[in-house]
Amino acid sequence: MKKTLVSTLALLASAGLAHADGVLNIYNWGNYTSPELIEQFTADTGIEVTITDFDSNETALARIRQGGHGFDIVVPTHSYVPIWIEEGLLQPLDPEIVTDRGNIAPQWVDVDFDPGREYTVPWQWGTTGIAVNTSVYDGDINTADIIFNPPESLVGRINVIPEMSDVMAIAIYAAGGDDVCTDDMDVLRATRDMLMEAKPNWLSLDYGTIDNYVAGDILAGIYWNGATMRARLQNPDVAYGYPATGYPVWMDNAAVLADAQNTENAMIFINYILQPEHAAMLSDFARYGNGIAGSEEFMDPEMASAPEISIPEELVSAGRFNPTCPQEIQDIRTQIWTELLQ
Amino acid sequence: MATPPDSATGPDPDPQKESHGWKWLLSAPALLVLLVAASGPLMIVAVYSFLSPGNVGGVEWDFSTEGWFRVFFSRDIFDPENVSWNWANLNVFWRTISLSLQTTLICAVLGFPTAWFIATRPPERRALWLFLITIPFWTNLLIRTFAIQELLRGNGLINTILMATGIIDEPLQLLFSNFAILLGMAYVFLPLMVLPLYAAMDKLDFRLVEAGYDLYASRVRVLWHVILPLVKPGFVAGSILVFIPSIGAYVTPRVLGGGRTMMLGNLIALQFGQGRNWPLGAALAMLLLIIVMAALVFYLRAVNGEEGKRRG
Repeated sequence: MKKTLVSTLALLASAGLAHADGVLNIYNWGNYTSPELIEQFTADTGIEVTITDFDSNETALARIRQGGHGFDIVVPTHSYVPIWIEEGLLQPLDPEIVTDRGNIAPQWVDVDFDPGREYTVPWQWGTTGIAVNTSVYDGDINTADIIFNPPESLVGRINVIPEMSDVMAIAIYAAGGDDVCTDDMDVLRATRDMLMEAKPNWLSLDYGTIDNYVAGDILAGIYWNGATMRARLQNPDVAYGYPATGYPVWMDNAAVLADAQNTENAMIFINYILQPEHAAMLSDFARYGNGIAGSEEFMDPEMASAPEISIPEELVSAGRFNPTCPQEIQDIRTQIWTELLQ
Repeated sequence: MATPPDSATGPDPDPQKESHGWKWLLSAPALLVLLVAASGPLMIVAVYSFLSPGNVGGVEWDFSTEGWFRVFFSRDIFDPENVSWNWANLNVFWRTISLSLQTTLICAVLGFPTAWFIATRPPERRALWLFLITIPFWTNLLIRTFAIQELLRGNGLINTILMATGIIDEPLQLLFSNFAILLGMAYVFLPLMVLPLYAAMDKLDFRLVEAGYDLYASRVRVLWHVILPLVKPGFVAGSILVFIPSIGAYVTPRVLGGGRTMMLGNLIALQFGQGRNWPLGAALAMLLLIIVMAALVFYLRAVNGEEGKRRG
């Protein structure tokens, strides 16, 4: 009864607001939403879409918590999804409109961060691993040693993305840890010492370095699979490795905000990106996998067979979803990070 | 100290003020705007620095001095009973202050001849030269910083020229170093030194310089004993204008330093972002404010001291 009431109210609200203008406001990471997809969505449904960028999960969360934001859809990373749900910032997907959750590939349905996909659907997923230029390095590419104990040919030409959680995760796994939020002081000490020792071999801790990989200014680094693929398409020497000791897997997920102004349009959009041909457009733009079964056949053939997306069988189990660590653990990690960059 | 020394300002210079004390009410709207718009956010930062970190960003409304404690001290993460100075943070503070002072010095050394050159042009030309000084402000700081990155990179302009002329054989690693940060900051903040220096030189009575030469002073003595004391207020104002934005610099260390080392601005951003410890970030932001205040007090002292000397 309550549910009917709520959805009726939501319908009434959307009838009053949304249908009047037929708009949808998406709050997403920058340079992440395929313009072709949005164009086609507007052509198919008549709903005008506005996209606003955020640059970090923290920023997005802080802004939505303040209220009065006017957004309908948000795309948080898996580790933040439980926080969004617990704080009541998201609303459950409407099964009347979002009818195609069955299209989600089986391994992405019963995920820890949203069991049964009640609130979210996959947007893009990827891994953080090792990019390395194989013209100067002919060893095993599936090892974090490339970063933490590099051979002479790579010293001084390594870039590490300044993403604390990704770098800490790869470092903790490489130091023998099992849990990124570990409070095992031996593991943390080994991690810190390894990072401090490795840093003099690094050139920089920077984000936008695709061009530098292409030009050969940077020969190795901790990098994302999609970005590495963009570099490889311009320089075939660039290869992407999955550290066998462990590497982070992440997934960004689309969800409808609890205080959305255009709930019905938002639900329509969510169901729209569950269609394999539309999910493929997202991947063709952002160059990451999308978690929708059958989308491969609509993708750019270069994407569907890319080694940056198809993880080698024996390394699949080394990939792990990182949770959000409790604050006291996060403080220790930040302290190590500050020591590294002091 | 039985009787307080006579105040430096002497008796109230404006006795009428008292009888019209209510007049300040007229400025109440302006005061209110200042109070709410300028002090309000600062108050929030100050209050936040004494709270506990919330779950994934934000704050819990529990009083805590932990944020301030962590600015200066750290419990050994491997032995929480063992409290020591937080050397990581202190190193970041020191780098920030040191790089800012060096930036100020470089700007002063480069800014003085520049301002002198402009001030000694014919009056109708000076406007053009000043206008040229402001041209860099037409372009966004971030874009100019990336332009410097292009100059410094391995196959960038500077290395290409040095290699073509045979001075070096291999490209120098200029980018992602303290040198790159210094160069970037000095470039960005140089106009802030030139303009106040020019203002001071514009008022300079060049007959005093001639008088110095007439009295057989050497060029160096004229510079040291006549010109520099007269343009000192310009130096002080310029130094403050350069030093204050330098210690808050965020973009330049990020882009030209390659993120290898942090300055205070980056450390604050880390706490509000990935570190998710807002109270610590707020305490660091307040510390930055305290450093700025200290620099301003130094400035006021220096300027007032000047005036006192002149009156005496």
